[in-house]
Amino acid sequence: MGEKLINLTIDNKKVSVPAGTTVLEAARTVGIDIPTLCFLKEINEVGDCRVCLVEIEGRRGFATSCIQKVEEGMVVHTNTKDVLEARKVVLDLIISNHKVECLTCVRSGNCELQDIAKKFNITGLEFEGERIEHEIDDESPSIVRDFNKCILCRRCVATCKKVQKVGAIETINRGFEACVSTVDNKSLNDVNCTFCGQCIQNCPTGALHEKDSTGEVWRKLKDEDVYVIAQTAPAVRAALGEEFGMEVGTNVTGKMVTALKELGFDKVFDTNTGADFTIMEEANELIERIQNGGTLPMITSCSPGWVKYIEMNYPDQLAHVSSCKSPHEMFGALLKTYYAKKEGIDPAKIFVVSVMPCIAKKFERQRTEMQNDGMYDVDAVITTRELARMIKQGNIDFVKLEDSEFDNPMGEATGAAAIFGTTGGVMEAALRTAQDTLTGKDLEEIDFKEVRGGKGIKKATVKIGDKEIKVVAASGLANAQEIMEEIKSGKADYQFVEIMACPGGCIMGGGQPIKKSKERLDKDIRKLRADCLYSIDEKSKIRKSHENPVVKKIYKEFLEKPGSHVAHDLLHTTYVKREKYK
Amino acid sequence: MKTLQEIQKIREEKRKELDLRVNTKLDTREKHILVCQGTGCTSSNSPEILETFRKILKEKKIENVRVIKTGCFGLCAKGPIVIIRPEDTFYAMVKPEDCEEIIEKHIINGEVVQRLLCKDIDGKKVQNLDELTFYKKQKRIALKNCGVINPEDIDEYIAFDGYKALEKVLTSMTQDEVIDEITKSGLRGRGGAGFPTGKKWAFTKASEADQKYVVCNADEGDPGAFMDRSLLEGDPHSVIEAMMIAAYSIGANKGYIYVRAEYPIAVKRLQIAIDQAKEYGIIGKNIFDTGFDFDIEIRLGAGAFVCGEETALLESIEGKRGQPRVKPPFPAVSGLWGKPTLINNVETYANITRIILNGADWYSSIGTENSKGTKVFALGGNVNNIGLVEVPMGTTLREIVFDIGGGIPNKREFKAAQTGGPSGGCIPAKYLDTPIDYESLKEIGSMMGSGGMIIMDDTKCMVNLSKFYLEFTVSESCGKCNPCRIGTKRMLEILEKLCNGKGTLEDIDKLEKLGHNIIKSSVCGLGQTAPNPVLSSLKYFRDEFEEHAVDKNCRTKECKAISKIMIDPEKCKACGLCQKVCPVNAIKGEAREKREIDQSKCIECGTCLASCPFKAIG
Repeated sequence: MGEKLINLTIDNKKVSVPAGTTVLEAARTVGIDIPTLCFLKEINEVGDCRVCLVEIEGRRGFATSCIQKVEEGMVVHTNTKDVLEARKVVLDLIISNHKVECLTCVRSGNCELQDIAKKFNITGLEFEGERIEHEIDDESPSIVRDFNKCILCRRCVATCKKVQKVGAIETINRGFEACVSTVDNKSLNDVNCTFCGQCIQNCPTGALHEKDSTGEVWRKLKDEDVYVIAQTAPAVRAALGEEFGMEVGTNVTGKMVTALKELGFDKVFDTNTGADFTIMEEANELIERIQNGGTLPMITSCSPGWVKYIEMNYPDQLAHVSSCKSPHEMFGALLKTYYAKKEGIDPAKIFVVSVMPCIAKKFERQRTEMQNDGMYDVDAVITTRELARMIKQGNIDFVKLEDSEFDNPMGEATGAAAIFGTTGGVMEAALRTAQDTLTGKDLEEIDFKEVRGGKGIKKATVKIGDKEIKVVAASGLANAQEIMEEIKSGKADYQFVEIMACPGGCIMGGGQPIKKSKERLDKDIRKLRADCLYSIDEKSKIRKSHENPVVKKIYKEFLEKPGSHVAHDLLHTTYVKREKYK
Repeated sequence: MKTLQEIQKIREEKRKELDLRVNTKLDTREKHILVCQGTGCTSSNSPEILETFRKILKEKKIENVRVIKTGCFGLCAKGPIVIIRPEDTFYAMVKPEDCEEIIEKHIINGEVVQRLLCKDIDGKKVQNLDELTFYKKQKRIALKNCGVINPEDIDEYIAFDGYKALEKVLTSMTQDEVIDEITKSGLRGRGGAGFPTGKKWAFTKASEADQKYVVCNADEGDPGAFMDRSLLEGDPHSVIEAMMIAAYSIGANKGYIYVRAEYPIAVKRLQIAIDQAKEYGIIGKNIFDTGFDFDIEIRLGAGAFVCGEETALLESIEGKRGQPRVKPPFPAVSGLWGKPTLINNVETYANITRIILNGADWYSSIGTENSKGTKVFALGGNVNNIGLVEVPMGTTLREIVFDIGGGIPNKREFKAAQTGGPSGGCIPAKYLDTPIDYESLKEIGSMMGSGGMIIMDDTKCMVNLSKFYLEFTVSESCGKCNPCRIGTKRMLEILEKLCNGKGTLEDIDKLEKLGHNIIKSSVCGLGQTAPNPVLSSLKYFRDEFEEHAVDKNCRTKECKAISKIMIDPEKCKACGLCQKVCPVNAIKGEAREKREIDQSKCIECGTCLASCPFKAIG
């Protein structure tokens, strides 16, 4: 945006905004809230839905306020009789083609279409007619697509194509039959979808949602023969409160633990502990690769959407990916071996539930590599949203809950693990441990600020002892692609690369609370959630993974040392070349 | 590579050789047999006619006679058309087996083959093209070369002042002078909306960029429209030359012609034209040694109507799904790959060389106050002379339908003229004397559109017709915006209800409300005009809609579900014949009483209709 200020009038209010501002944004600065549906700042600015129409004096037809840039002297009317009627007709039309089943819809109460219908006092169906019945696609372990609720805003298409550069979905057919689909109308399970779930985050209605696993978890909780353990990912605590009306970025760790206990989980542990193990293994792997001439750069493997992406798109580059399992898988493996033995529980009776900000974790959980002795490391993955639903179902008044601590002995975690949930966090945590290991000192300079922040690609040169390590942290698959092209062409001179599939990292994962487009204009959701994690790190007594007493203890008693044979069996994995289309 | 001097030489020599094409008085022993190879004539075997002529001439060793393929002559209803020059004898509906007779009688013996002459409206046979009423009121500017030259021979184009306008522009005019000339001529976009062409050029020139493009919109999509197709088939070079003039004046050096793949002949001839122009160095680097470079490419459209919308067309050229962009920014600012792009329609381009060579004053002397020049219409429907006509702006609908078009066949009444295709509307008989131009058509609820003109007689149901157009837009909507994607579908459903006798008066109100709002809220021209055929029909033929809704009756019987057979009491003479033939005893009435049909029993077999000596049943 330029420096120059543009003066215009909107609904008789004088407005001065920088050149390049849209009429929609300008209106919002003076408290005029023009409704939108397809608009998603910087992602989907296409003017498809026609809900944000306004009248501009001297111009034929209506203007699309989400795209229309302000012009000097422009006189805009957002609520004339004609505009209101046109907007209402558009809404009536959308609803006439929408499967209106709000009571049983997963997005009821958090649906942008519902909001607008309410705003427009829509009380009946003005137009009735044919509605094309679409088959629901629920074949994948992660995403359910119900296009009977799709309003063709194409926010998902733009997200998949522009933000993630995956392009698993696109509009097909024409006119009334137009719909969002995949290659050959296959299930998302059978195409190049990575299950990052960013499409769900951006869907204004219930057309896209996660595959719900709460039913299964409830059943296990009610089964007395099953020992149900919950583990929660770092990013969940920074966002779960939002589902209960709490401020974005509120740390609700204590309430979350209490809620899980009240729901009936036998034990509530912290995936952060698993993350500390990941750092131990990953830092060790990095050092080994550097010292022994292994494949460099090494790329992190915590993000299952990213792993699926590289398996499908760069199978010849898989040697770069760290063999470490992701934290919850490592932790699940330890729960069913070390912990089960120690507590004298039959591991076959343990049911590990991971509470994750991620829907790709649902896919990762059922990968055949994620087993030990014929048992999956993790038995169910529920998202932050699903946990919130369970808490509501469980008659728990979340906001009023007292705090409690994670259970021991697997509940201790470091600040390094907490920041796993944000882009750059895994890198920073690994560098803290690598630094101490390589120098043999307990260094105090442990904040690697170069890899913090919301930028999609963050490059830095880190000095460890007398060694300089070039690192890069990328989030969002479009950025991942950029880095991979560098690596593939041999232009990359990094030693260590962190990649997270979701822009901003796990805090912005596909399983996190869905924020409406309007709220996203007002708040920097990513920053607020990230700040929450950095503040947890800052307040932690222990901020380096290798100093976690639980970690130390388990290595001593069970795993021997990072990269040991046992560690490899339980905590490491392999990857496969994956076809994009089945 | 040819120099300007060499091209001038071709022009002079070839022009002499081809003088017999335009000079009927020319005293020469040479003859040219022109055989139309437009799409219409081609589909009724004209290529075989061409070959047969050549074969016979060869067999008979006749010299001084050449057989030439040309573009469309216009009177497609009478095709295949053969014209013998210089005497300009016009043979209609020629078959390959007629060739022998034409050669024997006409070429060898100098007699006219009377049976192959065309009849004018008055029934008299006409020998010359220009004598036909069909041609008398026409003025051919855009179509000047169609039917005169061989479109596959650049020399013939050059002979008739081809590439002379380009030469003039490149060697003696500044960019602004060219734009001023076009602006002064008053030429407006022939693609439909009628935006002033000069202004568009000026806007695109004003946009600063390292790269600009010129595009020709040849994605003619209106049902029944074939103006652009015929132009490209008959005179492809004129469009290419105009694009180069446009490119020079706005500062572009690359052009794209976006043409439908369903126009194979046009595509082929365009490619031949481009290749020939490249061979002569007319397209390429440093054209005519003036430093101007130009390259051009053909892009094929897959037949989506929406790709005729300029921004959807650009998306399609870029290889994306053909969907419109929200304007502004207009293509003049941000077009192909975000660069300033000038898009004009085929017919607009076809006027450019004429304006440059004859001057803006000449051009602006033709037409009405705000609509200058001529307009090509594709005349179709219930009219005698179906074909391609070019008339000065301001010609009345009556002149087009009854003089040029030869009136309505089968002695039926004129009911309405549909202009502008699915974006236009219906003009009722009371406006037959309206001089046609951009403004007048808009005022009466239609639009110029690209030039499709479909005439309807009184057997056509306006509700059914509205439904037809809506079916078209519903299936051609790209689906981008809600009003067009869902709104037109809902409108169509209401029309279907009306045609099936299930509609109500409220439905008609809903139809209107929907129509007005779709116009105002759609993204692009397709949606913004899609309701026009319905709304204009509602405006002039509301009684028919109400009849469908209230009486559940379609007076034309086109809507089968509500086509009641009724006896007109005024015409019924109570003879009772109908009662006797009715197989289901559905006709009531005692002797000497006027008869009535019991609709609950009638099976609409139509037996009574044929039985009535007074034509009282319908």
